[in-house]
Amino acid sequence: MNEAVLKNARNRLAGSQSQKEISGIVQKKRMNREDLIVKSILFLCAMVSVLTTIGIVAVLLVETLSFFKDVSLLSFLTDTKWTPLFKPEHFGILSLLSGSVLITLGASLVALPLGLMTAIYLSEYADDRVRRVIKPILEVLAGIPTIVYGYFALTFVTPLFRMIFPDMGVFNALSASIVVGIMILPMVASLSEDAMVSVPKSLRNGAYALGATRLEVARKVVVPAAFSGIISSFVLAISRAIGETMIVTIAAGATPKLTMNPLESVQTMTSYIVQVSLGDIQHGSIEYKTIFAVGMTLFVLTFLINLIAQWLKRRFKEEY
Amino acid sequence: MSIIQIKNVDLYYDKHHALKNITGEIKERSITALIGPSGCGKSTFLRTLNRMNDMIQGVHIEGEVLVAEQNIYHEDVNVENLRKNIGMVFQQPNPFPKSIYDNIAFGTRIHGMRDRKELDEVVEQSLKAAALWEEVKDILKKPAYGLSGGQQQRLCIARALAVNPQILLMDEPTSALDPISTAKIEELIGELRKQYTIVIVTHNMQQAARISDETAFFLQGEVIEFDTTEKIFHTPSDQRTEDYIAGRFG
Ligand SMILES: Nc1ncnc2c1ncn2[C@@H]1O[C@H](COP(=O)(O)OP(=O)(O)OP(=O)(O)O)[C@@H](O)[C@H]1O
Ligand SMILES: [Mg+2]
Repeated sequence: MNEAVLKNARNRLAGSQSQKEISGIVQKKRMNREDLIVKSILFLCAMVSVLTTIGIVAVLLVETLSFFKDVSLLSFLTDTKWTPLFKPEHFGILSLLSGSVLITLGASLVALPLGLMTAIYLSEYADDRVRRVIKPILEVLAGIPTIVYGYFALTFVTPLFRMIFPDMGVFNALSASIVVGIMILPMVASLSEDAMVSVPKSLRNGAYALGATRLEVARKVVVPAAFSGIISSFVLAISRAIGETMIVTIAAGATPKLTMNPLESVQTMTSYIVQVSLGDIQHGSIEYKTIFAVGMTLFVLTFLINLIAQWLKRRFKEEY
Repeated sequence: MSIIQIKNVDLYYDKHHALKNITGEIKERSITALIGPSGCGKSTFLRTLNRMNDMIQGVHIEGEVLVAEQNIYHEDVNVENLRKNIGMVFQQPNPFPKSIYDNIAFGTRIHGMRDRKELDEVVEQSLKAAALWEEVKDILKKPAYGLSGGQQQRLCIARALAVNPQILLMDEPTSALDPISTAKIEELIGELRKQYTIVIVTHNMQQAARISDETAFFLQGEVIEFDTTEKIFHTPSDQRTEDYIAGRFG
């Protein structure tokens, strides 16, 4: 203790303070072992997800290729029946694809316009107090497990529609797609709103100062400027609708069918995969391989949607 | 003749009393400069003239602002139409992230003009009036963000002129610009005074003295002195005005 005080005093006496500061500006590089370790660990973490992705795609690819050794690509794409589990076997993906497209289309018709309008309301019309209530509600809504939505579709929405369409089946595309739409709605609303809120105020003021109404500001300034973020929210939502499994398995039925009639029971690609995965299908059999072919189709579809979105974003980009 | 009359205007941001009993007149086809230290309420006052304060939550206004004898705070005033007739240019150039052409045509389009020929005409005339036509006539379809700051500001002036206003409010339009762009805009303002009534906020005393006919000196939400620029700059009646102009505070 005493020694430290002494040392301090000596230092001060020697006037080394200013000298030390100047000489301290440039120091030798420390052996940064800590940095190296942290960097390696983080790198490994990043590699886990990269490798997993590569692994998934590889398995998908291998099994899909082996599927197409047994079934021709042409009949896969053009056959209108999908009956891999019983004779005579048909492998026409169109029947499952139409189910997925029907559900996704219906869900998008519900969620995209409603979500966009909710976002416009929240970012351009609602005052802070309203926004502070609604935003968290949206987030809670987005966190509800999809099985709950599934039962909501089956036990509430379907009976409601059956009062209007008495001969509609218990399992039908209509209620499933509407409920999938409700499920992805908060995502569209919340992400689109984030994109709109980040449009600078100065742009809005510029438009208001020219005599624009709120609606004109929203439609002609804010939405175009936030276009890229809005499209991203759409794509994410659509991808979730295509990939949605639980709601459609519970409420849409299990009848692969090439139809665009929402009152009928359909089967989506995802619920087919569930059905087969739950059954006792022999590993390596053709039935087993179908789920990889279907999975691959899902993968390609989502990929295509992303490509279209990229193109849209580039085409209509407004940078600020 | 006065085109705007301000009568006992008080403005509050929630509890904060930002404008205190402002009274004054703005003469038609003249340039009125608003000067005063930062935070004294110049921008706030400017925004009361085209009701841009309506956009800010918690603002409360008392008193009257008469434009062409009509109180613009009367409940059945069409605010959009008012703002169309009273254009505004901001401190930071704020072109829309659209083409030069679409920026200028924006206001005319929302006010109902659809005809391509007429729009072309408006765009050309407005850009000429803002002394920007020669520089951009070959790149009308290019994004406005490609222009320099000074050009962007003239674009914003052109955009405001395109909807054919009678009054132009400018909030420190040159404070973000270099001296050459500033000189160009000052020259432009000199041209515009022939047709428009201009109210301009500026921190630049020389600018106020150079271009304006009338000057209002603001201090802590009050108008200390509002008179001809000549008088304000040479024989001010209030000591505080003199001190401010001499650069003794603010
Ligand atoms: N949106 C707002 N909400 C709350 N208070 C505000 C708002 N805008 C301005 N004020 C307050 O009102 C007063 C006047 O501000 P104003 O922006 O009108 O000053 P100014 O004279 O334009 O200043 P400057 O020269 O810095 O631009 C300031 O005290 C400011 O803090
Ligand atoms: Mg200001």
